[in-house]
Amino acid sequence: MCGLIGFSDTAGTRHSGEAVVRAMALQHDRGNGLGAGYAGHGIYPEFPDHYAFHLIYETREALEATEAFIDHYYDLERAEALPTRRTTGITDAPLLWRYFAKPESKKLRDSGISDDDYVVNAVMHINTSIEGATVASSGKNMGVFKGVGFPEEIGHFYRIEDYEAHTWIAHNRFPTNSLAWWGGAHPFSLLNYSLVHNGEISSYGINKRYIRQFGYICTMFTDTEVAAYLFDLLIRRHGLTAEQACKALAPPLWSQIDRMDDKARHDYTLLREIYASAMLNGPFAIVLGTDEGMVAFNDRVKLRPLVAAVEGTQVAVASEESSLRELLPAPDFLWAPKAGEPVIVRRGQAFQPPVVSTSKPAGSPVGGAVASMDVLTSESEVSA
Amino acid sequence: MIDYIQPEFHVDIDYDKCHKCGRCQGQCGWGVYSFVGRPLPDDAKCRACHRCVTFCPAHCITIKRSDLAYRENPNWPVAARKAVWRQGASGGVLLSSMGSDRPRTSLFDALALDACQVTNPSIDPLREPMETRTTLGKRPQVFGDEPPKEWAGRMTLATPILFAPMSFGSVSLNVHKALALAARELGIYMNTGEGGLHPDLYPLADNVIVQVASGRFGVTPEYLGRGAAIEIKVGQGAKPGIGGHLPGEKINAEVSTTRMIPQGTDAISPAPHHDIYSIEDLRQLIYSLKEASGYKPVGVKIAAVHNVGAIASGVVRAGADYVYLDGMNGGTGAAPAVIRDHVGIPVELALAVVDQRLRDENIRNQASIIVAGSIRSSADLAKALALGADAVALGSAALLALGCHLCQGCHTGSCSWGLTTQKPELTRRLDPEEGAQRLVNLVGAWTHELQEILGALGVNAVESLRGSRDRLRAIGLDAQTCDILGVAPAGR
Repeated sequence: MCGLIGFSDTAGTRHSGEAVVRAMALQHDRGNGLGAGYAGHGIYPEFPDHYAFHLIYETREALEATEAFIDHYYDLERAEALPTRRTTGITDAPLLWRYFAKPESKKLRDSGISDDDYVVNAVMHINTSIEGATVASSGKNMGVFKGVGFPEEIGHFYRIEDYEAHTWIAHNRFPTNSLAWWGGAHPFSLLNYSLVHNGEISSYGINKRYIRQFGYICTMFTDTEVAAYLFDLLIRRHGLTAEQACKALAPPLWSQIDRMDDKARHDYTLLREIYASAMLNGPFAIVLGTDEGMVAFNDRVKLRPLVAAVEGTQVAVASEESSLRELLPAPDFLWAPKAGEPVIVRRGQAFQPPVVSTSKPAGSPVGGAVASMDVLTSESEVSA
Repeated sequence: MIDYIQPEFHVDIDYDKCHKCGRCQGQCGWGVYSFVGRPLPDDAKCRACHRCVTFCPAHCITIKRSDLAYRENPNWPVAARKAVWRQGASGGVLLSSMGSDRPRTSLFDALALDACQVTNPSIDPLREPMETRTTLGKRPQVFGDEPPKEWAGRMTLATPILFAPMSFGSVSLNVHKALALAARELGIYMNTGEGGLHPDLYPLADNVIVQVASGRFGVTPEYLGRGAAIEIKVGQGAKPGIGGHLPGEKINAEVSTTRMIPQGTDAISPAPHHDIYSIEDLRQLIYSLKEASGYKPVGVKIAAVHNVGAIASGVVRAGADYVYLDGMNGGTGAAPAVIRDHVGIPVELALAVVDQRLRDENIRNQASIIVAGSIRSSADLAKALALGADAVALGSAALLALGCHLCQGCHTGSCSWGLTTQKPELTRRLDPEEGAQRLVNLVGAWTHELQEILGALGVNAVESLRGSRDRLRAIGLDAQTCDILGVAPAGR
């Protein structure tokens, strides 16, 4: 069990993290004090074009080795310790630093790869080769703040209320299959993707091997990391839309695909065949934060809670309705997204809440223009 | 010369219960029984195939192991002594059939599957969808990429199981019919083996993979175009590097027509394909077959040998849509025992190495992996999938479902169960439709069991088990074997 929250404003208006911490604290009991974290997108408008590296160091040596590495390969604009404050319950904080940097132009040119890939390689290098150093985030105009503690403690510790973001994601952790350590808390992040996850990815074994083929090395001892890398692969490198990526990771059943029209059946069959090893199987609710907005979705049979609400230009998702009510006290619409049906929020695009139907829809709800916003099966799932 | 070899089995008849009906004599294909007022068995001819036992209305026959004592000598097992006596008498290569009978530890048996507890729920396949559909063939790396035209379509299986190639000639036409009928009903594929496709199977050809082996028996453009896919047979797990020899006695009129060779002549498959002396020749053959067939999928079957990783990589780069790995425990209709028992490697290791190699080279999407030799249960199936196989092929298991008792007499052509024989009085013993039903039952049962395993693993689609070696643990394997298998020891 874990708890999560996603929040995004399609108007691009930035909101303080204060409400997010408050909303996350309502899910206190979904965690056990062994991990919590926040990611904000749009928090560093003064450095829109620099990669913001958030680093977690267990030792001074790790810090020195990492800074030597960054110095060598990047033009460093600013390096500073992350602002934190003394907090009850947070006793063993590691060294937490952030760096605003751009790839050193000659080295980037010589490498022959894109600046994003250059950064991915650096992240993989630091995580796998520098003992005691973990990259918490590496995107532009965004950052991840995470550690071992309850969400209200971590929020207080990192002064989350001091940051303003158009998209926030947050997490409260109850670790079950890996140890509690600062790097292992959610969100997981790579480039501009940040991701929180409630559940367990039972297909992790093959997902990890699949992603390894494309140069991603899982180092964090947790299944969530692989989901962040999969989004990076599918959206950034393979050019899939957010909808396609969600449908690749949580595809419709074959029995649903078989009932689609020819074009949709062809596409969904191909998508499923190509990304068979990327399918995330097992119980999960996942929220992905990006510079564009937010994507939230469940596993194919909805074995984890996820509710959503919209109020004006603000859209929120959460494991529990109480958090939604805290963030959006007067929602226009509040609903429970169906299994495998993503909630996709894009900055600059009006959010369309799902169509409400009082009768059970005939046939497959999948495919077509409103595929991302599925039809509800009954009024009882809706409240407003 | 006096035969030094004493009977292995003792046919024990309880004459008090015997009806004296003579059915045992009629059922035995090996000529064990004579009948003088009551059945009189010649133990020396018995292969313990249990045909007589199964059909004896009085249940008065028991086949016992001969308890003839030999002086103990662990360095000279009785089987080794017998082989020497036999070759001293005949001067010949010892032939045998079915899989190797030497004691060998199955690596599948040393692997244990995982299950969900508490933190992730297991899934009940009786209540929730549990998908086993599998596709074989090349797929693009990226959605939206247009695949080249020579990338044939994919093959769809309702469950990740196929029937292994067994030629018409080595098995009877009724066996082929049973396999093809079952394949159609199950939504999977049977495989002609190298003996061509009999016209009776043409209506079922959508569920048939047609094989092209070194003897090229029955290969015509029509044959290539008729099947769902084409398979180039390079090697067989039971006899890597060895060709085939179907004795003339098995070449009756039907076999002769289907194979396109004269009746009564031996059908010799050369050890290599005489047009494949290296990988570039294989590539040419793959593309020739694709062109000749209108771009059907072309798979390549190879025996699991020491350097199988590099070989499979070459096969995939040569254009194969699937690689069929046949392990050293695989079956055969006839093979020199020395080859069967001593050449090749177990398929578990070959599979682990090939799957990893194709991933290391980032070409795993370009070909599927089918494994065989030997898959004995749904547990073997699930473990093979977890190691990285896309599907498994059943040869021995399919024959067993049809009545085979693993008596290892296929090469004699006198199979009492009517499977590996062309004698009409024996082949008619298999009703193709009843046989198909048994095969459907077997594959259906294994599929249900696979669904139970998937549910216990907390996943609802077979692709989430495929290659997921994290869901396996090894018990009692050494560190190096664990490393090759990519599996952690139990407890880790």
